Amino acid sequence: MSRLAATFAELAQNGRKALIPFVTAGDPNPHFTVPLMHAMVAAGVDVIELGVPFSDPMADGPVIQRASERALAHKMSLRRTLEVAAEFRKTNQTTPLVLMGYLNPIEAMTYEGFANAAQRADIDGVLTVDLPPEEGAECTALLKARGIDPIFLLAPNSSSERVQKMDAAGSGYIYYVSLKGVTGAGHLNIADVEHKLQQIRANTQLPIAIGFGVKDADTANAIAHLGDGVVIGSALISKIEAHLDDPELAQNEIIALLTSIRQTLDSTQQTVGEL
Amino acid sequence: MTEKYNMPDERGHFGPYGGIFVAETLIPPIQELNAAYQQYLKDPDFIAELDADLKYYVGRPSPLYHAERWSRELGGAQIYLKREDLNHTGSHKINNTVGQALLAKRMGKTRIIAETGAGQHGVATATVAARLGLECVVYMGAVDVARQSLNVYRMKLLGATVVAVESGSKTLKDALNEALRDWVTNVDNTFYIIGTVAGPHPYPAMVRDFQAIIGREAKQQCLEATGRLPDALVACVGGGSNAIGLFHPFIEDSSVKLYGVEAAGDGVATGRHSAPLCAGRPGVLHGNRTYLMADDDGEIIETHSISAGLDYPGVGPEHAWLKDTGRAQYANITDTEALEGFYALTRSEGIIPALESSHAMAYTMKLAPTMGKDEIIIVNLSGRGDKDMQTMAKREGIEL
Repeated sequence: MSRLAATFAELAQNGRKALIPFVTAGDPNPHFTVPLMHAMVAAGVDVIELGVPFSDPMADGPVIQRASERALAHKMSLRRTLEVAAEFRKTNQTTPLVLMGYLNPIEAMTYEGFANAAQRADIDGVLTVDLPPEEGAECTALLKARGIDPIFLLAPNSSSERVQKMDAAGSGYIYYVSLKGVTGAGHLNIADVEHKLQQIRANTQLPIAIGFGVKDADTANAIAHLGDGVVIGSALISKIEAHLDDPELAQNEIIALLTSIRQTLDSTQQTVGEL
Repeated sequence: MTEKYNMPDERGHFGPYGGIFVAETLIPPIQELNAAYQQYLKDPDFIAELDADLKYYVGRPSPLYHAERWSRELGGAQIYLKREDLNHTGSHKINNTVGQALLAKRMGKTRIIAETGAGQHGVATATVAARLGLECVVYMGAVDVARQSLNVYRMKLLGATVVAVESGSKTLKDALNEALRDWVTNVDNTFYIIGTVAGPHPYPAMVRDFQAIIGREAKQQCLEATGRLPDALVACVGGGSNAIGLFHPFIEDSSVKLYGVEAAGDGVATGRHSAPLCAGRPGVLHGNRTYLMADDDGEIIETHSISAGLDYPGVGPEHAWLKDTGRAQYANITDTEALEGFYALTRSEGIIPALESSHAMAYTMKLAPTMGKDEIIIVNLSGRGDKDMQTMAKREGIEL
């Protein structure tokens, strides 16, 4: 069983929801990321999504775009992101690590070269925003052969047929994009997500992590309980952006936010039926 | 002498190029668009309406003009100009926007978005949106807004909202990113009119099909004027829509040589250029696999060209395929050479070409003298130079 599968199984057994932070590797500088990852684990996160900086992040809103630009200014890349992951693994062999990014940096390494490097870095999952399953058969097979979960997105306008396609192609979990828009958008509708989750659940047994548009502990809590976990990215990266001159303060604020979400998630797990 | 050509396949692949590489939210609207396109492509009412618009609104057919004086000066092949500069709004871009706007109307979309580099596609989109009473938002890199301010004013006059994109390199690729972000957010009511033969399938094939009228007319006009097919076609290539439009109806005519001309900026050797076919590598950007300007890490690198319309790090996937198969050849022309082409056509024929088209003119100046006087070159004069008057005047130290 993969680390991701084991993590979600254990969470489900305990009636808990996964808290999944997203941070861009190398933002605001290459030295910031590994200590932050360890601190986030200490704050109780279950899976880490590590964003791979890309020059043209078409599905991302301004906050994550700027995070990419800051990281790229430090020459961060997919190869160096894998080095960050490997560094993290030196002292943490338990927390699943998912790379999230765009296809072209992977193409530049070749699919096989990337899959091998990801295996060496002990990556657990790879989410490639602009690689739908129809185009992804070759890359997906190479990852799966190395025990790495290919993770796919579903959207509010995805048909049941698409859900079944992701169920067949993906593993680990499915990332449900909770709104039509880019990361960090401000129009999340909880009732819509709840309705959509029923359709998705009817077509897949994979765990569902929900992200895009999660601003704070309340929204995180509300949508986490509709699925199996919640992804929070832009809200964390906003803290980095607010304190570019003081990375330590940024990290403290990120950890404070994640700690409060963790507490809210765990304290409401019993009363979810009343939401 | 002819070989059947029927690219792309049903999933939009031109060999290894093309395809659909987009985030999941865009899959349903792309499927919806593809279904509508396949349906209306065969709908006689749609075709009749499109043909009428092209004739009475765009002003087609555009002339095929024998540039006799310029041909004589260059001392080689007979040069014929396909006068897309005479279309309504001043470039070939309107051929495609008229077509896509009719599709948008039939699909019940109420809002149009577009990206633009030089502003020609933005103007052509704002124009059809005004005519159909559709809301229109055009994304344009902030750098391009500054260097093509005349077109920005035209778009605003036509009722469009022009959004200056401040992210990345602030040019065409960033405008495309921002338009994709808009589309993902407003998929229900919005039709994205892509201006070139790039993007996810069906855009490369659909835009090509709307632009192929250039080549169909040119072929017929050449036969009427000279009784034979041309020996060579020349067109500038940014994304590549005017070139594909001219080339496509000739692909099976193997005697006709196809030359695409990329923007070499300061020179390909300097790295400051926009010539992915000549000096790039295959990769994936903006929904399709094609040749790109990218570094060893797969990050897209900044491009440079004097012409905003060619300042793009990718190229339509069909050009990538035509290059690999050897059916078309791709050359490049520097900023300095393009200016020579600009002045040459202006002074020899009294026709001021757009800076984009000037790249094709400059290549023609190299090619024509190598050919015989009984040979024929058709050059796509894809746009007129009015929009570039400020840029040119500034270069000459003149304040307008």
